[in-house]
Amino acid sequence: MPYSTVLTLLEAIILICDALAEGQIDEASQTLQLHSETNLTNAFIVKVQWQHVENPYLVVIWILVAGVAKMSVVQLNTRLKSFFPESGLLIICGFILGGIVWGADKAQTFKLTPRNFFYFLLPQIILDTGYFMPNKLFFSNLGAILVHAVIGTVWNAGAVGVSLWGCWLGGAMGDLNIGLLQFLLFGSLLAAVDPVAVIAVFEEVHVNEVLFIWVFGESLLNDGVTVVLYNVFDAFVSLGGEKINAGEIIKGIVSFFVVSFGGSAIGVIFAIIISLLTKYTGKVQIIEAGFIFVLGYLSYLTAEMLSLSAILSVTFCGVCCQKYVNANMDEKSVTAVRYAMKVFANGSETMIFVFLGVTAIDSVIWVWNTGFICLTILFAIIYRFIGVFTLTWFLNQYRLVPIEVIDQLVMSYGGLRGAVAYGLAASLDETRIPEKNLIISTTLIVVYFTVVIQGLTMKPIVKWLKVKRVEPTDLKLIEKVNNRACEHVLAAMEDIVGRIGDNWWTRGWKRFEDTYITWFLMKPEARKNRDYLFSIFHKLNMEDAVNYVTEGEKRGSLGFLRSGEGTNVDFEKKHGMEFSGVMPDITSELDFGIDNVPVTSIRNPVPSVSLDIHEQDMKSMSEDFNAHHLLQQNLYRSRKNHRHKYSRSDFTINQSEDEVQEIFQRTMRNRLESFKSAKMGVTPVKKITKHPKPNHKMSNVKTTDKSYPYGDEDFEFSEADSAYSGDGAAARGSPPVRAPPYSLGGGIENPAFMPEMDTPPPPWLTEAETNTGVAPSQRAQRQLPWSPTNLRRLAPLRLSNRSTDSFVMADVAAAPDSSDESPKEPSEEERDGQRDGTHM
Amino acid sequence: MGSTSSTLSKIPNADELIQETGFTSAHLARLFERFEALDKDKKGYLSPQDFEAIKELALNPICDRIIGAFFSSGQEMLDFSSFVRILAHFRPIDNNRTKEPNSPDPINSRINKLKFAFQLYDQDKDGKISRNELLQVLRAMLEKQVTEEQLESIADRTIQEADLDRDDAISFEEFRKSLEKVNIDHKMSIRFLR
Repeated sequence: MPYSTVLTLLEAIILICDALAEGQIDEASQTLQLHSETNLTNAFIVKVQWQHVENPYLVVIWILVAGVAKMSVVQLNTRLKSFFPESGLLIICGFILGGIVWGADKAQTFKLTPRNFFYFLLPQIILDTGYFMPNKLFFSNLGAILVHAVIGTVWNAGAVGVSLWGCWLGGAMGDLNIGLLQFLLFGSLLAAVDPVAVIAVFEEVHVNEVLFIWVFGESLLNDGVTVVLYNVFDAFVSLGGEKINAGEIIKGIVSFFVVSFGGSAIGVIFAIIISLLTKYTGKVQIIEAGFIFVLGYLSYLTAEMLSLSAILSVTFCGVCCQKYVNANMDEKSVTAVRYAMKVFANGSETMIFVFLGVTAIDSVIWVWNTGFICLTILFAIIYRFIGVFTLTWFLNQYRLVPIEVIDQLVMSYGGLRGAVAYGLAASLDETRIPEKNLIISTTLIVVYFTVVIQGLTMKPIVKWLKVKRVEPTDLKLIEKVNNRACEHVLAAMEDIVGRIGDNWWTRGWKRFEDTYITWFLMKPEARKNRDYLFSIFHKLNMEDAVNYVTEGEKRGSLGFLRSGEGTNVDFEKKHGMEFSGVMPDITSELDFGIDNVPVTSIRNPVPSVSLDIHEQDMKSMSEDFNAHHLLQQNLYRSRKNHRHKYSRSDFTINQSEDEVQEIFQRTMRNRLESFKSAKMGVTPVKKITKHPKPNHKMSNVKTTDKSYPYGDEDFEFSEADSAYSGDGAAARGSPPVRAPPYSLGGGIENPAFMPEMDTPPPPWLTEAETNTGVAPSQRAQRQLPWSPTNLRRLAPLRLSNRSTDSFVMADVAAAPDSSDESPKEPSEEERDGQRDGTHM
Repeated sequence: MGSTSSTLSKIPNADELIQETGFTSAHLARLFERFEALDKDKKGYLSPQDFEAIKELALNPICDRIIGAFFSSGQEMLDFSSFVRILAHFRPIDNNRTKEPNSPDPINSRINKLKFAFQLYDQDKDGKISRNELLQVLRAMLEKQVTEEQLESIADRTIQEADLDRDDAISFEEFRKSLEKVNIDHKMSIRFLR
């Protein structure tokens, strides 16, 4: 059947989408065959070939519909002050859509089939969660998560199954053709907390991170248990009660270890493969992002093929590869992966919830049994509470910081069931389980109950119980530095006390990783630059830079930076408006990690429409170049960012005529004053009284903060230093000290960017009385926007795999020019002789 | 437990120590055993060399700072009670212990934990972390992955973040303020075996 092959291929290409009924492929291909046999006589100009495209067409339409549903839900939700959980609203959307379809067809045409769910919708969600897993948090809580995931799930399955069985014996459900094993099977498919539902609900609630990782980790890792329990009981049911002996039970227990550890191992293996592949994609960066998805999916399928836990496999694949992949890949690819991952995951999540709703509109599956359904919900909740509280009590005995009762309540309440349970229920075999439809409808009701009702009440409960939430905090370097120090201290204390604890394991792993794993899995260039603290530092600088540009463009154009001095300041608002729209998104994008890509899309001379796939590569080159330019123009000065003035939420563009006037006047005043001072060589002394930061780190001058003897000479330039010292002298070209009015957290001072200190601060940052101290012409003369000299300044700070050597060379060559024109004036700083020229 | 009480009897002023540090007697007994194990020559006190002999500790990038914290008062001898007092900084904060209004802060209070961290940086004990002091710690912790130049930028930025009075150094007050949001109890506590 060639058509069906083609269709299946198409289906595979559109991984996220296939949410259609399974049987339709066959139907479609049959009709297609008929079709091709009959129409051979006439030539057509235009012909509607619906059958040709039916399947993919419907898939895409459904994606579109789900997308629109999500959009409207989000829209509605903002109006409802996000009172309703999105997932619940999507399910309700699904009800409506299903109702429409049912109204048209008088039958259920579309539903969520287990195959589509498990093969096309679930993998990318799990890959996404694994890939974005906060690794440190996850591994430090792994023990507790495993206890909950394994023991908790087994307990839930057993207790629910047995209790229902008991009630059935007691006659609470009337006449049902069902037995203990079937009840246990039902219990096991219902036991697992569902990752999709948990993510969807908890993402909106923002509980504290430990609580989150417990629930979330449990929902991921209990898959191994669920799969095993489900398979074992499924096998038991088909074996029949009397043939089960100790041997079978032991087999079941062994298979648990095989399934979960095997699944995880497959994931780790694929993670290694991904990391190795991305290590060697230096020349074809355009495809490296694809590897993550292809291999991630492959790990899922492989585990499924070996009947191991596929969810565990793809989770661990994501968890293990993220670090190395992010280090190996080009930053653009990292961003691409990040984004695509979110697109896929969000898409399938939406599809899943919508289709959970659509599925319900069906007259066939609904078998109502009040006793069964109510008791199931009741037991599921009760045993969840009991399990969580008991296990947490045990865990608290060994925890440094015990989990509080409130957190335990939320954790129990967050035991949401979702599409995984439904998928398992739907794939039951009707011949062996006569009450399959009752099980499906009960599962659906439990899912609706947990996702909609519990999801809806989650937020109020969290608020009401005053559960510790994540406080949105600004990233602070000092916190990170201190955390690092604390880690070392704790490890040391454990050594001193003579106890092998968490810190011991963490450190041991780190050492092992540093010596072997990074060597094996990382590009050599990437290995150098991956210190965590440094990357934080880099990220902060990037944020400052972006803020700076945003602010600049909000207030006017940054064009004057390039074109010299205030004379041709052009307040071109058009640009400013455009970019300030773009920038906020970029800033938030930065929160995900270290990347300096975002700024690139701006001022891109390459046309955005292009048919050549490889042009993307070329474009990227020039984008890089632009980014460099843009950043080096602006980055070095971010220390003068008055951050307190920048409100990220405040995007009011207050560029009234007055302001433009004011900026203009300020600039003029500055220029006049600097002109005056340059002429007379005097400084208003008041500006020197406080000099909080040495202005010229480029020569690695260490200053003490006590005194600044003004007469100290600054002539001893070493050979290697000359370029920088030249710049430095230029910066101090005229005696007036530019005491930068800087404030707490007001940006950075970075030697790598300092050589450009001779550029005047932008007018809006200059306090009215501050002296710029630089004759305008200097800046204009020296400005070679595209010279390697400029580029080089960014080079050491970029976490890039590119060599900076050529830039350095060019820099040296360019040195004499700059030093020639800069008058060597006395410096007001004292140096302590620690300059070492390492920056070369 | 018999062994615990027999060990306890060897510890001078054990009761006061329990009172002061909040360790249980089992903790104390265990720490005493460890103390004796570290004290190789059975001299009754620990010297810096005893600490340096701990293999794992010697690999710690800031091990000299940490050892220095034990010998902060300048002498070369550390008796058991000082040993315990310093380790008590790392006991997790206990919430359920009712605090008497007049009693001083327990050793493991947040502020004391912070003080301990602070003095690791503040080598010259002038109550301020200067740029140089911070740089030294950073240099040790970041090892060779970062160039000196970058190191200095990091140090500068770090100071800048915390430095409220713009004296280019971090005082303890500034240190405390800038770490206000950090859960120090998590970061500066270990579990002691009973």
